[in-house]
Amino acid sequence: MRRGRLIVGGLGVLLVVAAFAWACTGLHAFGHGTTRYGEMVARATVPQRAATNAVAAVTFDFRGVDTLGEEFILFIAVIGVSILLRSLRSETSEEETHIAAAGPRGSEFSRWLAAGLVGPVAVLAAYIVAHGALTPGGGFQGGAILMAAVAAIFVGGEYVVLLTIRTSATWLDIADALGAAGLVVLGFGGLIAAGTFFQNFIDKRTSGLLTGGIIPLANIAVGLEVAGALLTVVAELLDQRLLSTRT
Amino acid sequence: MNAFLAFVLTLVGVVGLLVVLTNDPVRQTVLGGVLSLLLAVVFFAVQAPDVALSELAIGTVAVPLMLLLAIGKIREHRAREEEMRE
Amino acid sequence: MSVYPYLIAVWLFGVGLWGVINSRNYLHLIMCLMVVQASTYVLLLSIGYVNHGTAPIYQGISTKALVVDPIVQALTLTDVVVEATVVALLLGLVVQASKRFGSIDPDAIVRMRD
Repeated sequence: MRRGRLIVGGLGVLLVVAAFAWACTGLHAFGHGTTRYGEMVARATVPQRAATNAVAAVTFDFRGVDTLGEEFILFIAVIGVSILLRSLRSETSEEETHIAAAGPRGSEFSRWLAAGLVGPVAVLAAYIVAHGALTPGGGFQGGAILMAAVAAIFVGGEYVVLLTIRTSATWLDIADALGAAGLVVLGFGGLIAAGTFFQNFIDKRTSGLLTGGIIPLANIAVGLEVAGALLTVVAELLDQRLLSTRT
Repeated sequence: MNAFLAFVLTLVGVVGLLVVLTNDPVRQTVLGGVLSLLLAVVFFAVQAPDVALSELAIGTVAVPLMLLLAIGKIREHRAREEEMRE
Repeated sequence: MSVYPYLIAVWLFGVGLWGVINSRNYLHLIMCLMVVQASTYVLLLSIGYVNHGTAPIYQGISTKALVVDPIVQALTLTDVVVEATVVALLLGLVVQASKRFGSIDPDAIVRMRD
């Protein structure tokens, strides 16, 4: 039964791979990308949108509706994880202090390293989010790096701090929801002010960090959402792990 | 298409095959992290720094962390299941 | 040599798909899905590459310089983060399945439900 399934599956994979390879020979040669739309958008970034990062301008301004859709995929996936894993919480909360006192600790060196790294990495994340319209970076990268800063606490072995994060899961949910809502509000702001959903409606003549109109604000909203979403997932998985460690 | 890009792409292909051939979940997680690192190098070589930053932060920190936590939880379930059977 | 990145994408896709079909362990299946995701990133970015083009960041270079395509980069960028969250959802499903059925072998779970 399993062998028959594997043979049929293998034939299917071979067919798909052959068709895919044949399709790839019809593509242009590597290095001669000739997309007119991409060229037009790249040329229009600095004069029209006053932002130097063309990728951020495409993500949040030219194709802002696509990013909104991806945001909602993220949001719904995190809701799914919360529903699935919170229903497994059947233990009582008297275990918490027990675990906090007897939880395993990392080595001394890793605790010092983690304690030293958390601050600079959080500042780096904020820097990358804020400068998203000018240099490589933006909301998605900064949110992931902020999550890495919190993960450094976990590596250092400070389970007590992480228990605080678990009980503040409502704050993480609020941050997540604020980020998602922020992006929708910016889109509607474009609709109200300029007649098109997600139109860049903020005055673009300012310089410095506020160039690009809607792009820095969208970066902050997305950074908040991504960090909140990833931390919610880690908090749920960690919750399962901590509650079931019996001494 | 220079030699460096060809070399790193070959490495990506080899590590991808290794990820599929490994059976132990923890080893697979580490190999997945290596695959993400090599992909980030490829993205830098194709002149895409934004994507490389994103792939680095997600593929080497977030995904292995989630996978290892889930592996730990599944092992707990298995151990408790075997305890209950005895 | 000019189709080599596309061939690597096809290779990764085939290898990952074979791993998904042939898998005996849900965690192994999730990692093979990640290999398939990597193949799509490589394909997308290879399509946009321009010879002697530079990154599409206009800091310090003139606005008429030759840059690679920024649109496929924007697609891949959001894709990377979103697919990590989808992997998290799959992990939640696997943890639930392990608690209810006691095993994470796809074949064993199908037999158990009959």
